[in-house]
Amino acid sequence: MKETINFFSFSDPNVQFVVIGTMILGATAAMVGCFSFLRKRALVGDAIAHSILPGVCLAFIISGDKNPIYLIIGAFITGWISLLLIDGISRTTKLKNDASIGIILSVFFGIGILLLTSIQHSGNAAQAGLDKYLFGKAASLTQDDIFTFSTIGIFLITLTLLFYKEFKLISFNPDYAKTVGLPVKFLEFMLATITVLAVAVGIQAVGVVLMAALLITPASGARFWTNRLGIMIAIATFFGALSGFLGSYISYIAPAMPTGPWVVMCLSLLTVGSIWFAPKRGMLSKVRTQKDNKRKILIENVLKLFYHLGEKNDDFKKERNINELQEGRDLGISELKKGLSLLKKKNWLRKKDGNWVISTSGLEEAKRVIRLHRLWEMYLNQRLKLAPDHVHNDAEAIEHIITPELEKQLEKELNFPQKDPHESIIPYTES
Amino acid sequence: MISIETHNLTVSYNRRPVLWNIDFKLPTGQIIGIIGPNGSGKTTLLKAMMGLVKSSSGYVKIFDQPLEKVRDRISYVPQRESVDWDFPASVMDIVLMGRYRKNNLMKRLSKADRDLAAEALEKVNMLEYSDRQISQLSGGQQQRVFIARSLAQGADLYIMDEPFVGVDAATEEAILGLLSDMKKEGKTVIVVHHDLQTAKAYFDWMVLLNTRLVAAGPKEEIFNETLLQEAYGGKLNVLSKVGDLIKEKDFPVREKR
Repeated sequence: MKETINFFSFSDPNVQFVVIGTMILGATAAMVGCFSFLRKRALVGDAIAHSILPGVCLAFIISGDKNPIYLIIGAFITGWISLLLIDGISRTTKLKNDASIGIILSVFFGIGILLLTSIQHSGNAAQAGLDKYLFGKAASLTQDDIFTFSTIGIFLITLTLLFYKEFKLISFNPDYAKTVGLPVKFLEFMLATITVLAVAVGIQAVGVVLMAALLITPASGARFWTNRLGIMIAIATFFGALSGFLGSYISYIAPAMPTGPWVVMCLSLLTVGSIWFAPKRGMLSKVRTQKDNKRKILIENVLKLFYHLGEKNDDFKKERNINELQEGRDLGISELKKGLSLLKKKNWLRKKDGNWVISTSGLEEAKRVIRLHRLWEMYLNQRLKLAPDHVHNDAEAIEHIITPELEKQLEKELNFPQKDPHESIIPYTES
Repeated sequence: MISIETHNLTVSYNRRPVLWNIDFKLPTGQIIGIIGPNGSGKTTLLKAMMGLVKSSSGYVKIFDQPLEKVRDRISYVPQRESVDWDFPASVMDIVLMGRYRKNNLMKRLSKADRDLAAEALEKVNMLEYSDRQISQLSGGQQQRVFIARSLAQGADLYIMDEPFVGVDAATEEAILGLLSDMKKEGKTVIVVHHDLQTAKAYFDWMVLLNTRLVAAGPKEEIFNETLLQEAYGGKLNVLSKVGDLIKEKDFPVREKR
């Protein structure tokens, strides 16, 4: 508890640096990652991250200094070269994009490790900490780092806002962008530059290996919540920043816990949560839809049962006991009882002396379903030329999903037929 | 008046020529169909016209000028299937893309742009769908959104790639109505189309294509058994063998001078 209070009071400047730093990194990477995600270049971010390692090492060898600006410049250069090579390989050889990503990623990373090892054995004392680029060094961010990150972060956000509408178009339909005369090459260059920069900065928090997560997971999670690009970017950025915050909090209260990996853990949880719980696109919502569908089918089938029985003895409002109902349709007793009680709640059925009676509004609803069933049979028979004995099963399912608009269209197209292919009367409502 | 001229246009894909020396001049103010079987290079021809693929030889002139000079006067409707419709955008977002220009780079679109986009949506009967997410549209509605985006450009020449593929009857009717309205306004519309059944009713002019130009002219002159047989009767044997050789040996289509 004491740690929590300490953390949230931000009295420790180190806490401030770590929290602000990881939040900026998480947010910018997430924002930029939305475009990588939408352009289906999720893995390219991973390749850039790995290709940055040799750049960092070379920058250190040349400058002999761990100044973040030098290292970022080095990172930026090799990151960019890797991008050009990936595109070049897929364009000029028969290798496909995924293969060239794999090749460049491993070759560059290999060179990076080679350089890193030789630096570590060079006896240069300043090299200590360079290996942090592999797994990140979020917990030891300094004031200088924060200054560099914020500058680059603001730069990235500004560019993204400035080119927002163009980035949207080249992510959706780059060919069209060319035909309206936009400088697509330049825009793609800008977008790639932003990505490389975001990765170059981001690996300082989570390291080369986990960087792809910082770029792609927030976008993947955010996509589940919205159908608007602007909102998606806002949510992704929020996820990135929130994970940065939570990651540094967890590693503060549990000092044995590393910051970077916890940032990624939090991001993953947010994304998995989104996949499950997001409205409409989430898995739970799909499960719920399935359940609703099942319930609708059950209710409508029981109503139809009342209609069919009524049709048989020409008395729709007759009281029916449960045995009679069960014989009328192939339904399990528990299913039937569930349907009956649901219908009672909707006041489409009422109970009288332990028997069931359909209400006026229930009868209307039953007529609607029967009508749709028979209209659809008619449609299959006339338009798809199906024999009358082949149309029933299809109609059993379709009757539940036809909308009132489609119903009108069906009636018009078939010219309000009186009977279905089995010579049963199609019930219309008087109005 | 000439809308588009292609002069000895040869285009290669993966080093194999897919269009050989296409040479024609198309008039303005007509609805022109580019007709040919699958794999006859129709889409490639459109892309070459729009500068989306490089030609190995020859050139394209639009309104008697190079493409770059007349960008603002031409508009392109790509194949519906060439994009991912699950992209997070609304119908209005997509149509507004028709107002993006080099000179409004980095700027917000104006009120006038929005009005033009709304007008274009109204023309394809989709205005009430403005806020709809594009992945929720039917195929025909997606096609109409693409056409609206193109209309929002306010061009003189429209180039459409297979707008009638996989659309419902209502969309087909809407597009046909639109084409004849555009013709009345003096616009030129070039449509890639592969369905012979409907071609004669849809177009005034035709270009018959099968990796080479079979014929181009008013439909009365073009739409006859002999020429259609030639266009749909398979590729020329020697021509495709030479194409294979060029690819295999990585040969240039023209000698370097």
